Amino acid sequence: MGTCCVSVVFWQILVDGFAISSLYALGAMGFALIFGVSGVLNLSHGALMVAAVVAAWAAGNDLHAGPYTGAMIGVAVGFATTLLTYFIIVSPLQRTRKIREDEKEIFILTATLLWGIMIQELIGYLYTNNAKTVAPIVEGVMSIVGVRTPKNELFTAVVCWLVIGGLWLLVNRTRAGKAVLAASMNPRGVTLLGIELSQIYIAVWAIYGLLVGVAGVLLGMFLGVSSYSVGPLTASAFSIVVLGGLGSVSGALIAAYVVGYLETITAYLISPAYRTIPALLLLIVVMYIRPRGLLGRR
Amino acid sequence: MRFSSNTRILLIAMTVVVLASFLPLGVSGYILGLLTVAFYFGVFAMAWDLLFGFAGEVNFGPTFLIGTGAYTAGILDNLYQPPIWLCVAAGTFAAVAGGVVLALPALRVRGPYFGLTTLVAVLMLQNYVVVDASLTGGEIGLTVPDVITISDTKNYEIALWFMAISAAILFSLSRSPVGLILQASGQDAVQAGALGFNVTKHKLTAFIISAFFSGFAGALLVFYLGSASVGTFVDITVGVQIIIAAVLGGRRTILGAVLGAVFIIAMSEALRPIGDLANFVVFAMALVVVLIFPGGFFGLLTRSREGG
Repeated sequence: MGTCCVSVVFWQILVDGFAISSLYALGAMGFALIFGVSGVLNLSHGALMVAAVVAAWAAGNDLHAGPYTGAMIGVAVGFATTLLTYFIIVSPLQRTRKIREDEKEIFILTATLLWGIMIQELIGYLYTNNAKTVAPIVEGVMSIVGVRTPKNELFTAVVCWLVIGGLWLLVNRTRAGKAVLAASMNPRGVTLLGIELSQIYIAVWAIYGLLVGVAGVLLGMFLGVSSYSVGPLTASAFSIVVLGGLGSVSGALIAAYVVGYLETITAYLISPAYRTIPALLLLIVVMYIRPRGLLGRR
Repeated sequence: MRFSSNTRILLIAMTVVVLASFLPLGVSGYILGLLTVAFYFGVFAMAWDLLFGFAGEVNFGPTFLIGTGAYTAGILDNLYQPPIWLCVAAGTFAAVAGGVVLALPALRVRGPYFGLTTLVAVLMLQNYVVVDASLTGGEIGLTVPDVITISDTKNYEIALWFMAISAAILFSLSRSPVGLILQASGQDAVQAGALGFNVTKHKLTAFIISAFFSGFAGALLVFYLGSASVGTFVDITVGVQIIIAAVLGGRRTILGAVLGAVFIIAMSEALRPIGDLANFVVFAMALVVVLIFPGGFFGLLTRSREGG
């Protein structure tokens, strides 16, 4: 009996951890992209994801939309809120002359933090602070290597990887994508080649908006969120990105799996209450030994 | 010129404090209670401003220091009931120790990396408080058996003078050579080092001073409120409110932080009729100030005076 249960738990961790990690990867990817290209750390990240979830939930609950329509509405709201963040918060701060260049980073951090909390408060006010779960697109349970797994979990992992693959193709195989990549390496060089930097920023924020929307809706179907998830979601994206190396998208991908599995293992083997602690400790250790993260450039 | 403007600011500030000390004659205990909290809050924000505005350290975790001070004092009182001053001293000392721990990564990593470290420190403290519930009271909170006094007026006076003395110390420190060296190390640590200043020593000093006042104020606030909970002392939202108070008041001004703290508490109170939306409005106003007047209230005041 001992060996059977050990192996079941092992496979369970493997399967569950994979789905969670894929979701983390998708959530952190956009955050890493924005930092890599424009040097912006968006502390309203979690709030944008929660906005997408709540929109999808409200569409199903209040407007009686089907799961597909609901998911679409969620992605659209996540996308729109993200672009709004860029146009009314980040872009004006990047352009203003009232703030010294070397202080802009902290103003963007403060402003996006405030913006995130505003979204959180507004959601709490309009839809209460209760946890919300979005109706999944795929229902039912299936068996993967002997582990009873909700089909939704597999769906989540597949969609995450499709989107990540799409992003990879976009960045590495298209002209616009290559311009984005070049901008992340040397913004001045790109401007000298006659490419408008502001348009690249808008394009990147649009991609980020889509990633936030998709990751948010999937999260809503998989785990569900409440307005209290805003801070932890931002913190987890932030730590994954720092662990992987700020600005490195592939580093973020690896870090997402490290964090996802570490959390799943802790939750299964020790206690769900300690879920986030080992990942936080790992983060501290990495920052002491290798402050630029796993694959960081600086 | 510089000296005279400092003197003028100090004179105005002292007049305000003296006027404020007569408030108990005219206003209700309820308003005194609000101001008491606002004054402690102001000390938190000033301590944050010293670390961030001057030493240039992006500290997202002021509540790590405050929470350490508050919980140490509260737990000690709960377990052994020593004299209150001893609990407060222990809390302050624990916060200073926390400040040294927080300073270690700051000497190694910079900017956003350090910001994240401080955020992690808060999350760890929060996890600890929740998990070790038998000692800390967990999510429900910790009730301390003693309070300093139950008189509204006494509490108000303690908070007012504590705030005024902290402000005087922090303000003169910020305008002293030490403050200038801190500012130089914050802006360009390499150059400040090349000029012969010991950057490490000064940064460590800034952390210790900031932690001292945060812990002291946190411990006093516990004995005013009679309880400690994650929601009032540790949560990231509390840290954000402190940061907002400092930024609203005007960064790198120390005294502006108190204005910001009083403003936030007053606005939340004034907006109470609109219920849960009050926080939203306060944060939105803060965002507008950050976007349009990056200098904050203090920046507005000093600019208009210079213009006139």
